[in-house]
Amino acid sequence: MSIAINITGTIQDWLMNMMPEGVANIVAMVIVALIYLAIFAVAGLYLVLLERRVAAWFQLRIGPNRVGFQGMLQTMADALKLVSKELTGTVKADKFLYNLAPYFVIISSLMALAVFPFTKEFQAFDINIGVLFLIAISSIGVIGILLGGWSSNNKFALIGAMRSGVQTISYELSIGLSLLTMVLITGSLQLSEIVEVQKNGWLIIQGHIPAVIAFMIYMIAGTAETNRAPFDMVEAESELGAGFHTEYSGMKFAYFFLAEFINMFIIAAIATTVFFGAWLSPFGITESIPWLGVFWFLAKAFILVFLMMWFRWTFPRLRVDQLLTLEWKYLLPINLVNIVIMALIVWLNMTIQF
Amino acid sequence: METTTVNTNFKSEEYFINMGPQHPATHGVLRLLLTIDGEIIKKVDPDLGYIHRSIEKMCERDSYQQIVHLTDRMDYLSSHINNEAVCLAVENALELEIPDRVQVIRTIIGELTRIASHCLWWGVMGMDVGALTTYFYGFRDREMINDIFEETCGARLTMNYNIPGGLMFDIHPNFVNRVKEFIAHFKTKLPEYDTLLTGNVIFQKRTRGVGILSKEDAISFGASGPIGRGSGYSCDVRKHHPYSAYDKVKFKEVLKTDGDAFARYQVRIQEMWESLSIVEQLIDNIPEGDYKITTRAVIKLPKGEFYQKVETARGELGVYIISTGTKNPYRLKFRSPGFSNLSLLNHIAVGGKIGDLVASMATLDLVIPDIDR
Repeated sequence: MSIAINITGTIQDWLMNMMPEGVANIVAMVIVALIYLAIFAVAGLYLVLLERRVAAWFQLRIGPNRVGFQGMLQTMADALKLVSKELTGTVKADKFLYNLAPYFVIISSLMALAVFPFTKEFQAFDINIGVLFLIAISSIGVIGILLGGWSSNNKFALIGAMRSGVQTISYELSIGLSLLTMVLITGSLQLSEIVEVQKNGWLIIQGHIPAVIAFMIYMIAGTAETNRAPFDMVEAESELGAGFHTEYSGMKFAYFFLAEFINMFIIAAIATTVFFGAWLSPFGITESIPWLGVFWFLAKAFILVFLMMWFRWTFPRLRVDQLLTLEWKYLLPINLVNIVIMALIVWLNMTIQF
Repeated sequence: METTTVNTNFKSEEYFINMGPQHPATHGVLRLLLTIDGEIIKKVDPDLGYIHRSIEKMCERDSYQQIVHLTDRMDYLSSHINNEAVCLAVENALELEIPDRVQVIRTIIGELTRIASHCLWWGVMGMDVGALTTYFYGFRDREMINDIFEETCGARLTMNYNIPGGLMFDIHPNFVNRVKEFIAHFKTKLPEYDTLLTGNVIFQKRTRGVGILSKEDAISFGASGPIGRGSGYSCDVRKHHPYSAYDKVKFKEVLKTDGDAFARYQVRIQEMWESLSIVEQLIDNIPEGDYKITTRAVIKLPKGEFYQKVETARGELGVYIISTGTKNPYRLKFRSPGFSNLSLLNHIAVGGKIGDLVASMATLDLVIPDIDR
């Protein structure tokens, strides 16, 4: 197993000069973890702000623009408020599981961040089964939701949690299969190699028709996976009040809330990596400046995030049986046929290469 | 008796859940006692009375001029039409000749109220099926109407513009212009409603075939307004028993025969167009004349029973007065549209999912103070 540890390597080399190897390894890991935690917090908070501004823009409103320049500090203030709030809970809740649930959700989304190739160098953990790792990690989050809904001893929360279980298990199939469709072109699950292959054209162009179909299925399933409208059965505020996090307050609620936004970013980032060439610039216009890769990665990811926000603020919510019909009767069969088509295209060398 | 097939391998278990009195979908303080099997509704039992203010009893205490003010607080979204119902009942009992000017202005404002109420309903309907954006679009247009009302009589919601014998003030000099402005504005915005929500595939899937109410059931449950008309039951009071200036204008009674949530939705959207056309026909020729006739300071109705019904935004509002010849009614009963419309909720929601219940409840357009009074 060859794990290239680019960013970790750089930091490690620098630390090696100062301290013994064992200590340096541990310190390097802590530093990298802290960097990612910071990215996580900042990304989460600013995605919340972005969502609020985008929603306001769709809804003929202005949105938060008072705290800081154009409301830049609004979500910071909100987070501060949530940290300082009392943690209330139900008396008859299963205390252990109730307290554990938010961490499942937040840790799973934090772990997924580690594998993304922000640039060629800026990747903490280039595992050779990257895509598989992402699919596996992103499905841990649902355990947290199920636990939270079950343990809070509230029927609305329980209905929300059960819906979430049904939904996530169904749509994971589509996410996995649509990503596998793209893996057929790259022939590798390692994210850095997937990016290397895309130097001859982004995969969505290389794979043309089946790739576009796979991308559309991926975006639908991804929106469902993050439990956002039009698939927000889990929360469904007009049906279940707040769904699985009805009984959570303060920072525990904030964990669920932040995780939702980070998951949205993760879904967009996977799509960026697998379909749109991760840090590669369009037509290689900034190939000579490698650090601009971060910009391209984030730009692509944010366009996709915006797309998901657009869904949320335009579409009504599906009913729970329609949600399952969509997956099992339409997306899954289309996906399976799509894989066969993609396999034929790869076999017959009909991909578009520049 | 209904026979149900039971899968013997898996025993299903019904459970009870409280929806409300504080719940986003009940739009106020309505409490629904739901019996659910998984996601499927087995029984809906509405529990009323959380906002009961004994308005009917208070009416027995008050003079007829004062009663008008209480009716604002019933169905606050169509307060003008509620006022009109009481005023018409009193005027008909006293056999007063109401000037044409008053009748036309009452009709115009009544129709604007209907549009405003439907705008709000449309926004909330979208919100209940999960499209939050519609709420703000509905409110944008409703805001223009409320501004017109504010200029006309000083209030935006509880208007108190009608008094027995006419109107409280004459219309503002800007009234005609601003209403025309609104008509021009709303004609461009109403198609937007269709593009945003009506044509949406998910929305149609959520509402078509959901909460079906047959014409027979609509009649036997006493459904009125858009709910009755969505089931093909011709029940428009403005058409069958014209009051104020409704006999002078041309308009269509919107009828759909599907009886599902989507039909009720379409009826309301179409009604907004009809209301616009009514306002358009009247706004250019408001007759000159007095805006009220002088009545006695203390109105005493002759001995007897009097009934007047009007078409509010939600359906038929009836005012039934028993007078013993004194300055107060002996008994006053409101036949409120929301109460009868709520009674059929159990009938249309059983067998559906929780989402269906919310969608069909949204198309009933419940205003809880109207039900509880």
